[in-house]
Parts: sequence; structure tokens; C-alpha cells
Amino acid sequence: MSFFNEAKFLIKSNIRDYGMYIALFVIMLTFAIMTDGLFMSSRNISNLLDSAGYIAVLAVGMTLVIVIRHIDLSVGFVAGFLGAVAAIFLTQIGMSVWLVIPIVLIFGIFIGLFNGFLVAKIGIPSFVATLAGMLIFRGALLNVTESTGTIIVNDDLFNALGNGFIPSLMEVNGLHLLSLLVGLIGIILYIYSEISNRRNKAKYGFDVMSPKIFIIKLVLVSFIIGYITWVLAGYNGFSWTVVIMLLVVVVYHFLSTKTVLGRNIYAVGSNPEAAHLSGINVTKITLIVFGSMGMLAALSGILFTARLQSATTTAGTLFELDAIAAAYVGGVSSAGGVGKVTGAIIGAIVMASLSSGMNLLGVGISYQYMIRGGVLAAAVIFDVMTRRQRA
Amino acid sequence: MSDYILEMNGITKEFTGIKALDDVNFKVERGEIHCLIGENGAGKSTLMKVLSGVYPYGTYKGDIVFEGEIQKFNEINDSVKAGIAIIYQELALFPDLTVYENIFAGNEIRKGPFVDWNETIIQATQMLKKVKLNVDPETLIKDLGVGKQQLVEIAKTLSKNVKLLILDEPTAALNENDSENLLELLKELRAQGITCIMISHKLKEVISIADKATILRDGQTVCTLDAHKGEISESVIIKNMVGREIEDIYPKRLDHQFGETVLELNNWSAYDSQLGRDVVKNANLHVKQGEIIGVAGLMGSGRTELALSIFGNPKKYKLNGNMQVQGQPVSFKHTSDAIKAGIAYVTEDRKGNGLFLIKDIKSNVTAAHLKGISSRGVLNLNEEVMVGSQYKDSLHIKASSLEQIVGNLSGGNQQKVSLGKWLFTGPKILILDEPTRGIDVGAKFEIYTIMNELIKEGMSIIMISSELNEIIGMSDRIYVMAEGKITGELSKEETTQEAIMELATQ
Repeated sequence: MSFFNEAKFLIKSNIRDYGMYIALFVIMLTFAIMTDGLFMSSRNISNLLDSAGYIAVLAVGMTLVIVIRHIDLSVGFVAGFLGAVAAIFLTQIGMSVWLVIPIVLIFGIFIGLFNGFLVAKIGIPSFVATLAGMLIFRGALLNVTESTGTIIVNDDLFNALGNGFIPSLMEVNGLHLLSLLVGLIGIILYIYSEISNRRNKAKYGFDVMSPKIFIIKLVLVSFIIGYITWVLAGYNGFSWTVVIMLLVVVVYHFLSTKTVLGRNIYAVGSNPEAAHLSGINVTKITLIVFGSMGMLAALSGILFTARLQSATTTAGTLFELDAIAAAYVGGVSSAGGVGKVTGAIIGAIVMASLSSGMNLLGVGISYQYMIRGGVLAAAVIFDVMTRRQRA
Repeated sequence: MSDYILEMNGITKEFTGIKALDDVNFKVERGEIHCLIGENGAGKSTLMKVLSGVYPYGTYKGDIVFEGEIQKFNEINDSVKAGIAIIYQELALFPDLTVYENIFAGNEIRKGPFVDWNETIIQATQMLKKVKLNVDPETLIKDLGVGKQQLVEIAKTLSKNVKLLILDEPTAALNENDSENLLELLKELRAQGITCIMISHKLKEVISIADKATILRDGQTVCTLDAHKGEISESVIIKNMVGREIEDIYPKRLDHQFGETVLELNNWSAYDSQLGRDVVKNANLHVKQGEIIGVAGLMGSGRTELALSIFGNPKKYKLNGNMQVQGQPVSFKHTSDAIKAGIAYVTEDRKGNGLFLIKDIKSNVTAAHLKGISSRGVLNLNEEVMVGSQYKDSLHIKASSLEQIVGNLSGGNQQKVSLGKWLFTGPKILILDEPTRGIDVGAKFEIYTIMNELIKEGMSIIMISSELNEIIGMSDRIYVMAEGKITGELSKEETTQEAIMELATQ
């Protein structure tokens, strides 16, 4: 196969997966041109990623929930409520951050498991069960913040999760050294894993990409990682939010693509009855997915409270719908069984980029909603069209 | 000079360079039952889609002459208006609506802007009489058996003044009784002047009912046989279908010794709390190593329920009695326990609950035994490709690659993927539920050959089937079920179709 044919073939057969990366690139490029580069400035990109963080972690969990053909509408107010709980633990009880975070995450898991229990064991449609949860936790949030109103959090360590950056060690030409090192390590790990993967495939005697294409791919991805690192290092470096977001993606990407658990989740999503008859415990998988969703909702609540440095009475409003939108932009299918964790993150960043870019351009909020709605519809249309093509 | 109601002349239909139909000629005389036969992928469905306007005029070459005029159908509605109706294998009824609503769905009888329900019920009752279905028109479709649903579907087409009725494998999902009723009905409709095209894989049916039979192979017309000239026989049809002689539909099996008893049921009952009755009653059954056990019976006799109750009881029946696997008493809490104990169950409905249709071949093959390609919960995706290609080769799964989506494969190949999935779990006892339903003669032969190889390797097989020929041809021993009970056990030597039917209708 000639070089161009192979490239063409690869693009054609993976267009569905690459689609949203291309969309993100186009969106960023458009805004960069329209704002004379302001959009791609270190400061803006850093803010953009931080503002996407608490939705992105929700979108990761939501993707898996949608993959098993369910939905979770309660996550917004669960996040709001648990964020307030964290604030109360820190300010009124005076617990240490190191205790508060695991406790709140465990609360999140239990709330998620309860949703899962209603859905998997009692058989209530997830839409209704989690709608009830949404109302209950909205009430719970109001209840705990009623007497105090907004709870201000003064714990610097906690607030750093939403606003802080990893320490720089030292500045090199105004660039953040530790962030550069992290980026470099990222590139090295990426190249190492690709090469060992390729070696493994060759060992089994499978077809691998031709060396030319392989090297182009390595260079391209390394360049992207390097560029983002360089942009971020120009401001304050990696924020803790970005680090947490990356950790969540790496862990969930591994779980969903490389483990038995992940495979079982997708099996349950593509045909629950066949999964059951294949010896997969559908109830258990449903509980695990909802439990993980609850944990990520708690994490989202912590990030949001830390970002605002306070817990408000309306925290978490509409988070669930933003997360669902991000998941769909990221390519999840409501028919079940299809959708990637990496897609969810890209979806969240696409939505955050739109908000950020339009704010810079001074687009009115009314048009912002319409445009974001249009992008969501376009993403789903693209998804449906490419799937039809393959069938 | 013959009176042709339909002439399809020189039909050629291409899909991106592949000729699905190549210069097909197909002529149907008024008032006859004309069977259309061919292996899966021979072009039968494509030809019917061209005829019904699913593929609009202009996307194919050739002429359709119906009632003496060249027709240019642009959509299905055009062919319906002309008087052509197709009933597909998968019925298109609304399960939660009543019989009369279904019969006139999309064709409502109106009085002004409103639906005239009284008139609808009166006419529906007449239609039901025509198809000899004795049910209350207010019954919900989901409360009827498949056989009766089929009749409602026919009533629905009759309400539209159909001149040419096309049935795509009408008896595939029916038991022997319902099948016979349906064939009788078709004969009656013929007497009333309705022409009928029937696609079928069941050669017995074709022989009993067809006036003519046209055989397709690889998108081409092979020949048209005329029953009234004595041209239709099983051997002639098979020879023309596959293009080679099949000496025997069932592959020869070398004699071999059976081993120890691997599965035994004593006083085995399963109570379905939703239906409020025992679906399996006091069953006693045993299977030896290397044996093929046939389980015969009419639809609803409890065969599938028996299999499910053995296979980890996924339907949550209340179980009673003893089950022993290799001499050890067992009770399974979940299907995964049954799989661990060495039992595998290839389901009857491979699309509904057997396969993951949107996933590719390799992940379907490994789905029930991910342990085999993982260590400590982490998958080895390269190992998965090895396993996938191993089964693709050994079971002769015809596909462009291991990444091909299973939903796009033909029925026979899907069945092989389903089989591969269960063989990878390394079972000792393999339960096959209707293993050859809806697949063509060639693929059937391959499945039978695989079964013979498996028992040679020491596996035991329990085969549930509605096709008596298949049961008799393949089984070493046969259990017959009726109304949840095992009504008899027959050895290979004493089995005849009549003996089975007698036990099945007790």
C-alpha cells in the first residue's frame, strides 16, 4: 500500500473517532484567528481548561452511564450538595483536607450505588429514579446552606484544587519548569507505550502501520502534547484541576478499554440480555457504573467548591445537562454500547472552548446558548451519518 | 399462452461493484403458489426488494411487468397501491395494540376526519374469518402466539385488496401444527384467486405446496421447476441450489463409544411466577459424554425453558429437583456459575439475546470468556485477535476481517460466531437451541459437521429443534416434550416422525 493510500484508508476508517478532534481543532483555530491570537494565549487556555474541569469529570462518568443505556440526572445537585458538605466539614467541623476529600468521595459512591440499586434491583427507569434524586439533593443542598447562606472556604490547600497550580520549582525564561518536565515525561511515556505496543503486535505477526505513518503519528501527537505544555507553562503551568482531569481520563480510559470490567460494561450496553446469558452480572455492572458516577459527582462538587472558594445555594444547577451534552458531543450513542471516555473529555473542552471564545468575542449570552445547542445537534447528526455509512 | 401476473425481465442490481442480481428472469402465473428458493445471499431478498419498491425504479436494470404494464415503483407505497404485499420474517405488528387496530393500521376506515371504529371492528372480524383465525378482534397482539400473529399479518394484507402476496419464510418461527394451518390457508387463498410468492428454506413445504419453484444461485436464475410436470423433488432442488450433489443432508458420523454420564436431572421442575405455572414438570434426563441428545416438541412445550433452567436459571424460575454435573450435585446462582461448570447455551434468538450485533467478530467470540484473554482483569488485545482468527478459520466464518460488525454478517455466519463464542468457554456440555433456524442448506451442513467433530473430541450436545428431520438425522437419543413434561424417550433406531409427533401432542 502506498503512503497516501494508507493515510487515506486510516483516516476513512477512523473518521468517527477523529471527528471530534478535528472539530476541536477547527473551533480553536477559528477563535484564534477571530481574536487575533488572544484565544490561544496561555492565560486563556489555562482558564478554559480549569472551567471545563468539573464538567469534564462528570462527562466521563456520564459516558459510561449512557453506554449502559441509562441516564443520571441527579449528578448536578449531588455535586452541589457534596461540595457544600465538604465546605461544612472544612469550616464548621474543622476537619483536615486529607480527611474531607476521601469522605466526600465515599459519600458520592454511596449515593451512586443507591441510584444503581433503584435502577438495577428495583427496576425503576433511570430517568425517573435520578430525577427523584435531583429533587432530593436540590432540597438537601438548600437545607444545609439555609441557615448560613453561602459558605466561604478559607482553606488554601482545598482551594488550590480549583485555583492552584503545581509548584514551578524554578522559572526558565519565564516558563514553568515542573510543567515542562511533566509534559516531557508525558511525551516519553506516550512514545514508549506506542513503540512497545507496536513491538507486541509485530511479535504476534499482525499488520502494523508502515514506519513512515507511524513516525508521523508519533511526531504529531508529541507535538500536540508539547505545544499544550508550552502554552500552559507560559502562564502558571499545569493547574491542579488539569492534573486531576488527566488522572481521571487516564484511569478511566484504561479501565474502559483494557480491562475485563470495561469490556463487560460495553457488553451490557450493546445487548443486556446477551450479556446476561454470557455470564456477565448485569446488576453488578449497573451498580459499579452508577457508583463511579456518584464518586465523580463528588469530585466535581469538590472541584467546583474549590474553584469558587465557597459553597453556594445554587451550586450544581444544570451540571447534569452540560455533562450529558459533553458526552454526546464526545460521541456516545444513546442506543448503548458505544462511546469513549476520551471523547467525553474532548466534548467538555469543545463546549468550554465555545463559551470562552464567544465571551472573548463579546457574543451575547442569548446567541451563545443557540450556538452551543447547534453544535450539540451537529455532533449528533455527524455521529448518526458516519454510523449509517459504516453499516 | 400463459397468463402472467408478474414478469421480472433481466433484473440486474449492483451494490458498489458487486452484482447482487445478475440478469434475473422471474415469471409468476396468475393464481399459482410460486416458491422462491436459494441459499442465503443468493439474491431472494434483493429481488423482492426490487419488486416492492424498496430499491426504487432506476437503481436497477431491467423491467417489472405487473398486470401487463411496466411498473416504475419509487417507494413501497407504490407497489402496495398496485396490489403487491410483502410479509417479512420479522412481523411488523404493534404488540400493544388490538388485533383490529393492527389489521387497519395505516389504512384506517374513516368517517369524515375520524376513525370509524365500529366499521373497523366489523370488517376486521370478516378478515379474521377469511384467514380462519378464531380470536376476539379486541385481543392484544402480544397475547397471541407467533402462529396467530402471522395470520393477523395476512389478514392485514388481505384488507388492502392484495393481488400478489409475498411471504418471506412464513413458517420459520412456527411449529409443525401452525405451519400446516398456514399452508392450508395459502391453498385456500389460491382458490380465491390470490397469487402467492413464498420464500422458504423448508424443502418439505415447498414440495407440498408449490405449483412452481424458481431457484436462485449467486444472483442468477438457475431454473424454474413445475410441480405439475413432476419436476419438483428434494434432490433436484438441493442439487440446483448448491450447484453440487449433497449425498446426504446429514454428514456421516463414525461410530463411537459414549462415556460417563455428564449431566443428570431428577424430578426437575421450574415454576414461572409470572405465568403462574410450571414451565418444566418433573423432568428426568441424562446425557452421556460424546452423545447428541435431541429435544423435540412443539413450540411452547418447555424446551427452551428446560435449557434456561439448566443454564444458571437466568429467567429466575423457582427450581425444584436435583441436577448433577459429572456426578456432582450443583445449583447455579447465575449464568456465570453454569459456564464455570462447563455448560454453554447457544440461544435460539441469536440477534435478540445471543450476539452483540454492534460489536465486531473478535469481541463477540471472547465475550463469554474474557478470562481466557486476560490476566488479573487486564485484557491482552493481541491475544484476542489470535483467538478471534482461530475461530474464524476453524468454523469457516466468512467475513472480510475480524473487525467486521457481526450485525452485517449473514445468518449462517452469525450462528457460527455465536457457536465460536461458546466453544471458547471450553464447555463439556453444549446446549444448542434451534441451531439451524433461518440458515441455508450449505451452512446447515457445516454446522452439523462441526457438531460431529465436537462430540468426537468428547463434548456432549443437547440439541433443541423444531425440525423433526434434523432431530432424527443428528441425535443419538431423543427426548420429546409436551406442556413442560418429558413425554417420552426414543432411541435412534425406534424414531420416526410419527412417533415424535405422537409424543409431542400428548
